[in-house]
Amino acid sequence: MIHTDILIIGGGPSGLCAAIAAAKSGAEVMLVERSQYFGGQLVKQTHMFFGSEKQYAATRGFDIGKKLVEEVKNSDNIKIFHSTTALGIYEDGVVTLEQKFESEEIYLKVQAKSLIVTTGALEKSLPFPNNDLPGIYGAGAVQTLMNEYLVKPGKRVLMVGAGNIGLIISYQLLQAGVEVAGIIDASPRIGGYLVHASKIRRSGVPIFTGYTIVKAEGTDHLEKATIAKVDQHWKPIPGTEKEMNVDVMCISVGLTPSSAFFWQGGCEMEYVRELGGYVPKRNRYLRTTVGNIYVAGDSAGIEEASSAMVEGSIAGLAASHDLGFVYEGYNREIEELLQELEGLRGGEKGIHIRRGYNKVGF
Amino acid sequence: MLKISGVPSNKDIDQVFPSQERLEKGPVVIVECFETIPCNPCYTACHAGGIQAFKDITDLPTIDFEKCNGCTMCISSCPGLAIMVIDYSYHKDYVKMMIPYEFYPLPKEGEWIKGLDRRGAEVVKVKVLSVKNTKYQDKTQVITIAVPKAHYKKIRNIEAGDSNAKS
Amino acid sequence: MNQRINKHPIIDIPLRQKIKFFYNGKEFFGFEGETIASALHAAGITKLSESIKHHRPRGFYCAIGNCSSCFMRVDGKPNVKTCVEPLRENMVVENQEGRGSII
Repeated sequence: MIHTDILIIGGGPSGLCAAIAAAKSGAEVMLVERSQYFGGQLVKQTHMFFGSEKQYAATRGFDIGKKLVEEVKNSDNIKIFHSTTALGIYEDGVVTLEQKFESEEIYLKVQAKSLIVTTGALEKSLPFPNNDLPGIYGAGAVQTLMNEYLVKPGKRVLMVGAGNIGLIISYQLLQAGVEVAGIIDASPRIGGYLVHASKIRRSGVPIFTGYTIVKAEGTDHLEKATIAKVDQHWKPIPGTEKEMNVDVMCISVGLTPSSAFFWQGGCEMEYVRELGGYVPKRNRYLRTTVGNIYVAGDSAGIEEASSAMVEGSIAGLAASHDLGFVYEGYNREIEELLQELEGLRGGEKGIHIRRGYNKVGF
Repeated sequence: MLKISGVPSNKDIDQVFPSQERLEKGPVVIVECFETIPCNPCYTACHAGGIQAFKDITDLPTIDFEKCNGCTMCISSCPGLAIMVIDYSYHKDYVKMMIPYEFYPLPKEGEWIKGLDRRGAEVVKVKVLSVKNTKYQDKTQVITIAVPKAHYKKIRNIEAGDSNAKS
Repeated sequence: MNQRINKHPIIDIPLRQKIKFFYNGKEFFGFEGETIASALHAAGITKLSESIKHHRPRGFYCAIGNCSSCFMRVDGKPNVKTCVEPLRENMVVENQEGRGSII
C-alpha cells in the first residue's frame, strides 16, 4: 500500500497545475497519468492559446505543456507515474492502479488523504448510417494522429462540427497538407471563435451552417458522405442533399466530462447540458460533496485549457489547505485565482458556461 | 453575416480601419477582432501604446492609431491571426501589407504569388517583399507583400506556389 | 501509400528510430514513440477488425484508449487497444476473430 497526502488522477493541464499548487504548500503529491507522457491535450495543440499572460496567451499549447511538466519535475514533493491507469476508488478510499512497464503490468494500491480528479473529457459521437466505417474518426483522434504521430489521416476531409475543436483541427489539417472539403454544423451559426472561422475561410475552406450529415458510404473505408440542409426541427430537407467525395470524416460534436471516478467515489452528480454532461456538485474551492475529493478541468465542466489550469491551481491549493498545509499569502492567492477564473468566464462567450456553473455550486 | 459565414463584411472591416489621412502617414495596425473572447496578448506585445490596456480581458482591443508606428510586433502575438499592418505610403501604385502566415511552402522573396481575399478566392497577383520568422515570431511567419492599390482592401491571405492547402 | 508528414510549418519533425513489426505475417516498419494503429495507418491499413455479429469493417475512432474500436491480437494477447499500445521491435500484430479469448 502506497501512502500519500494528495493523489491526483490525470496529468493534463489541470492535473499538472493542481500538483504544482498542492506541492508548493508542502503536501506530498502523487500524480498518475495513463499515457506515456504528461500534458494531456496540450501535447498536440500546435496553435497559440488565448487568455492573458498569466495563462500563457500567445504560447503554443505544446510549449505550455512542456513548461508545466518541467515545473512538476523540478518539484521535490511530486512523485509522477506515467503509463499508470487508475482503475477504481473503493469505499475505504483506496485507489487501485495499473502501471505498465514494457510489456509487464504492475498492480498498485494507494491510500491518499485527499484525491483530485482531473481526468478531462471524452469525445461524443454522432449516429448516422455507416458511422462505423474506417475513415470516420473523432476530430481529436485525427489531431492525435497528425500532431503526435505525424501521420496524415487521409487525402480529403469533411469536418462535422464548427465549434472551436472543429475549426482549429480543420486549420491544422491544412497545415499538415491535407485538403478540407468543408465544415458543416447543424446549428445556424458558427459555434467556435470567429477568428478561427475567418482564418479557415480565407484559406478557401467553406463552412456550411445549417447542414447535417445524412449518411456515409464505402466498402472497407469511407468513400463519400452525403450532407443536407436542416429545417427548424433539425431534420434534413429533401432535395438539399450534397454528395462529398471524402476519405476522412472528423466528428467534432462536443465533449462530455469524464465522470466515472466521481460516481464511484459517491459524489453527488448533476446532469448539466451547458457543461457537457454529468458533473459533480462542488463548492467554489472545487471540493465535491465527498469531503476529500476535488475536481478541476474538463471533468468539472467542458471549457478551455486556460480555465482548466486556473481550476487546477485552485483545487491544489484548497486540497492542501484542507489537510492543514497552510502558508502566509494563501488566502490572497486563492482569491486572486478565483477572480482570474471569473474574468475568463466574462463576455458573451461565457454566458452559457456561467449558467452551467450556477447549477452545480453549493 | 460574420457569425454565419466566418467572413467579416466590408462594414466590419471599415470599422477597424483608421482614417485615410492616417493611412497615408505610414504603417498602421489593422485588428480584425470582432468577438468578446477572453484574450489580450496583443496589448502585451505592443510597446508603442497603439493597443491600449484592456479594462476587461474580454473587451475588443482599443487602438490609438496615432500612437501606432506599425512596428509589426503584435502580428505574431495574436492567437487568432487577426492582426495585420498596412503601409499605404509605400508606393504610389502599391500598398505594403504585412500578414501572418503559418503554412508550407513558404513564399520566396521577389516571387509574384496569388493574393487571396477573405473567402480564399484569388484576387490579384502580389509581390513578396520579405518573409520573417525569428524566434520572436515562433513560426507565425510575417510575410510582407506589395499589393496593387485598387485591390488592397480585399487581400487578406496568400497562396504560395502549389501550396498544401489545395491539392 | 505514404501518409507520413515529413515537413510541418509548426512542428519540428524529430529523428526517430525505425521499428520493425509484423502484421498478419508480413514485415512492416514504424517509428519509435508511435502506436500500432498509427503505424498501420501510415502503411495504408485502416481496417483493423470486423464487427463481431455483422462483420462490418472497423478501424479506430477515438485514438486515445476510450472507445475500444481498435482491438487487435498483439504478441498472442487479444483485445489490445492498438491506438494507445506503443510499437515495439518484432511485435506480432494480427486481426482478431470475434471477442478474443484470454484463456
